[in-house]
Amino acid sequence: MCTTCGCGKDDIKIDGEQRAGDNHSHAEHRHDHQHSNETRLIEVEQDLLAKNNRYAAENRRRFSSQGVFVVNLVSSPGSGKTTLLVRTVSALVGQAPIAVIEGDQQTSRDVERIRSAGVPGVQINTGKGCHLDAHMIGHALEQLVLPEGGVLFIENVGNLVCPAAFDLGEAHKVVIISVTEGEDKPLKYPDMFAAADMMIVNKVDLLPYVEFHTKRCVEYAKRVNPEIEVLILSATSGAGLDDWYAWVSAGRDACLAARDFGETTTQHLPGPVHP
Amino acid sequence: MHEMSLSRGMIDIIQDYAAKSGFRRVDVVRLEIGALSCVEPAALEFCFESVARDTVADGAKLEIINVAGEAWCWDCARGVEVDRHGDRCPGCGGFRLKVRSGDAMRIKELEVV
Repeated sequence: MCTTCGCGKDDIKIDGEQRAGDNHSHAEHRHDHQHSNETRLIEVEQDLLAKNNRYAAENRRRFSSQGVFVVNLVSSPGSGKTTLLVRTVSALVGQAPIAVIEGDQQTSRDVERIRSAGVPGVQINTGKGCHLDAHMIGHALEQLVLPEGGVLFIENVGNLVCPAAFDLGEAHKVVIISVTEGEDKPLKYPDMFAAADMMIVNKVDLLPYVEFHTKRCVEYAKRVNPEIEVLILSATSGAGLDDWYAWVSAGRDACLAARDFGETTTQHLPGPVHP
Repeated sequence: MHEMSLSRGMIDIIQDYAAKSGFRRVDVVRLEIGALSCVEPAALEFCFESVARDTVADGAKLEIINVAGEAWCWDCARGVEVDRHGDRCPGCGGFRLKVRSGDAMRIKELEVV
């Protein structure tokens, strides 16, 4: 039966009884609607991430209107993201407005570390979720005063796969790899290294104790993404951190300049490259 | 398992179209998945099947059209086809490639009743 006008044979049963259909034939009246048992094609042409990308665009608009430089830190668990972040916010806290959004499946341990460094932070717990998405960031922003003219760090869920696909509205994804991991991670998890604008090689103070070929790691990352910038540092010993702080400051300056000149994007910011 | 989130995104798009176009059932969802996209087709099929339960797309078949990746080789100064990030240029064997397309994940069309 046509569900729009009720014509044709009915196959719906109520209490086991066939419902009497409207007995007029299709030919008896004009149809300007499609018949429900006809297969038809509907053109969609929509990205699976369309919804996330709309939220990301809205986040990005908010960030750029307030001149906030946003960095999305991604890595596998245990690369030292939180240690680097705590050290970074402690070093920059007097120089610029800073805020942090922490993403983890469970607990608020990370955001407590950030707050004890004197910086405002919001913890997102994703539960069973494996990545942050732009909608979650929008909700976190309801509880966070944006650091106008400053820096917002987003620490993603420790996962080298899923966060690659989700734009949060950041200026850059920064992927962190530590020397206690395999140097071939850029080849094993290429999507993340392709999505990132910078790779940080962390824990270089441990190089004497592990087999990790830094040069080879950088070469692999550049195979996957020839334009990726590289910084080599240790968040524990402090080696190389000045270059990282300089990169963050340059990004912040560029965002402020973009806001003051009315531009809306902050892509491809200059920064030091260490091959 | 971000394929779960992607599947939910697909259902949202399909339900928007169901409300607009008034169909009752989706038989086929035709997808274009780029070789360089962040999606594993088998995982997507698995997740979609469970997310689609009790929606207009319950039981719908996913038909995946694979789209090749395309990159610009700076050394050959021409466009070349690549299967994954980190592949060599099929012309010169180098890695100085700039990916231009092949990371799309889109619903192309729906076959509906």
